[in-house]
Amino acid sequence: MDGITFDRLTATGYGRHLIKGSIDCPVISEISAFVQGARFYSNDCQSILDIGGQDTKAISLDDKGCLCKFEMNDRCAAGTGRFLEVMAAALGFTLEEFAAEAILANRAEKINSMCTVFAESEVISLISQGADRREVALGIHKAIISRSASLLKRVSSAGKIFFAGGVALNPCARSLLETETNRPVFVPPDPQMVGAIGAALDAAEEDWNL
Amino acid sequence: MADYTKMWQDLGLDIESHEALLSVLGKAYADIFLVQKNRPEGMKYFDFVMSEVHGLRIKEIMDAKAQGRIVVGSYCTFVPEELVLAVDGVAVGLCAGAEFGFEAAETLLPRNTCSLIKSVFGFKLGRVCPYLESCDIVVGENTCDGKKKAYEILAPLVKDFYVMDMPQVKSEMGRKLLREEYRKFMAKLEMESGKEITPASLKRGIEIVNEKRKAMLRLNALRAADPTPISGLDALLINQVFFHDDPVRFTDSVNKICDELEIRVKDHTGVAPKGTTRLIVSGCPMAVPNWKVPMLIESSNAVIVGEESCVGERSTRWLTDVKGSTIDEMLDAIVDRYFNIDCAIFTPNPSRVNHVKEMVKDLHANGVIHYSLQFCQPYIIESNPVEKELEKSHIPTLRLETDYSQEDTGQLKTRIEAFVERLKKR
Ligand code: SF4
Ligand code: SF4
Repeated sequence: MDGITFDRLTATGYGRHLIKGSIDCPVISEISAFVQGARFYSNDCQSILDIGGQDTKAISLDDKGCLCKFEMNDRCAAGTGRFLEVMAAALGFTLEEFAAEAILANRAEKINSMCTVFAESEVISLISQGADRREVALGIHKAIISRSASLLKRVSSAGKIFFAGGVALNPCARSLLETETNRPVFVPPDPQMVGAIGAALDAAEEDWNL
Repeated sequence: MADYTKMWQDLGLDIESHEALLSVLGKAYADIFLVQKNRPEGMKYFDFVMSEVHGLRIKEIMDAKAQGRIVVGSYCTFVPEELVLAVDGVAVGLCAGAEFGFEAAETLLPRNTCSLIKSVFGFKLGRVCPYLESCDIVVGENTCDGKKKAYEILAPLVKDFYVMDMPQVKSEMGRKLLREEYRKFMAKLEMESGKEITPASLKRGIEIVNEKRKAMLRLNALRAADPTPISGLDALLINQVFFHDDPVRFTDSVNKICDELEIRVKDHTGVAPKGTTRLIVSGCPMAVPNWKVPMLIESSNAVIVGEESCVGERSTRWLTDVKGSTIDEMLDAIVDRYFNIDCAIFTPNPSRVNHVKEMVKDLHANGVIHYSLQFCQPYIIESNPVEKELEKSHIPTLRLETDYSQEDTGQLKTRIEAFVERLKKR
């Protein structure tokens, strides 16, 4: 944080407690940060889906826009942004190509494994059997979105979805989420920043001298 | 601490592993319990008990054995301590709460067995539990599938393994089965101890255990105050000690701490500021030293004010009627008392969620954390309808599923903090 000035500070995210000791500031969980951040962009979403680099979060909001239920994926990176990165590389695509090519596929190859290690070898063997790279790419997108959609379903089943996290920049993921859930999807301008914006809003809102 | 090496050797413990376990336990205890602020003075007794958990208490048990008393171990709150006391025996709980010896356990059990069962095996195979090694009888009750099948493998490894069958339905037939099992167990106890159960000895057993439970009920009720006079961790510890301390001395110590807590409540002092988020933990039992989740909760701006668990109210809440004068009448009263226990191995099990609701109301809780051990089918399956029912009654609920490892603490902490933040925004 050297060289950066600020009026107020709130820490969030995976390492939020690590800041203790160096800077004394309030801490909020990334779940609450996402709720606050999402409200900044929209006031008509009933759920938030965040597919980040390391985990996936599904959050439902009550009628006042407050945090209600939430679920997170299990302990590993299965089905997260990191998973997409590894799969794109296995197919020899950049991330942009990966989404663009997947959209062009007519059908999807079925990907059975959601474990990064197993899925990678599954993809490699599909390619060596002569499968179409686009179809494999679409299959991978489908796998991660259907997994995320079922996480989301555990917390809420209707209303507009606020799609956050780096994966929301992926147009293929976005349209698959819409068809898979049959719900409208809203993507904010900087979906990777939602948590940070939420933390900033939290810092602005609270009177920490209390 | 005195040197107990000789005693541990005589019990057949693996001295080296045992030392390692004790040092981990001691460190965890210091880091989790001793660092808490505003602890009641009365916790000193329990700190002492924990520091001597494999020492002085085992020595007392060995002395009792030398006087001809039998030691009976069990893994479930369905095994009545009253009956053990009626033959002047010593009852000890054997449930294990540490990730110890899992590799060895997994040579006998599938990986997807709950941590509690694996820990029991780890302790046995690693020869580190002096309670288990001092038992004359180990009772295995047919509750969940995990336990009852694992007992088949455990039985040949212990001296005298005694299987107690269990009903799974709260029917007239179920009650008959439980009564018959308790009657058989009495005969077994009489045979092993060489002592006869008389109306007087049974009455005495019932009274001792009733007093112990009454003290716990008193403690639980005091936790309704805001600020809460005792932390959830300390209260859990008392619930854990419930299963292996001398019952009369334990009762006395709980009543003493309650006297102190009463003063705290009158003075409006407690362990956390008034208005701190109050939670009930409901689900699987937490055996020593399984303190992970309560520790995470209480370091996330919340306090635990009640445990709906077998290491908690599910074990302590009902008393046994003492009106009966014959053995038959008293046995009926014991069966009536134990048949209330709303463990998830029963189907259906509606009274459990009703009890959670009552606790939320009585203890002024803001929400419920449902705690299941991974691979525990009864509680995990029940957690879904329990959550739905509680949320329907406007009681926010968070479901957690975890094990004895420390791997998932980051994830758990995020979820617990978010849940507490949810409750604050309400
Ligand atoms: S949860 Fe069920 S099986 Fe476990 S101790 Fe309690 S009553 Fe026994
Ligand atoms: S935690 Fe569940 S699976 Fe494990 S012993 Fe208890 S009831 Fe059985």
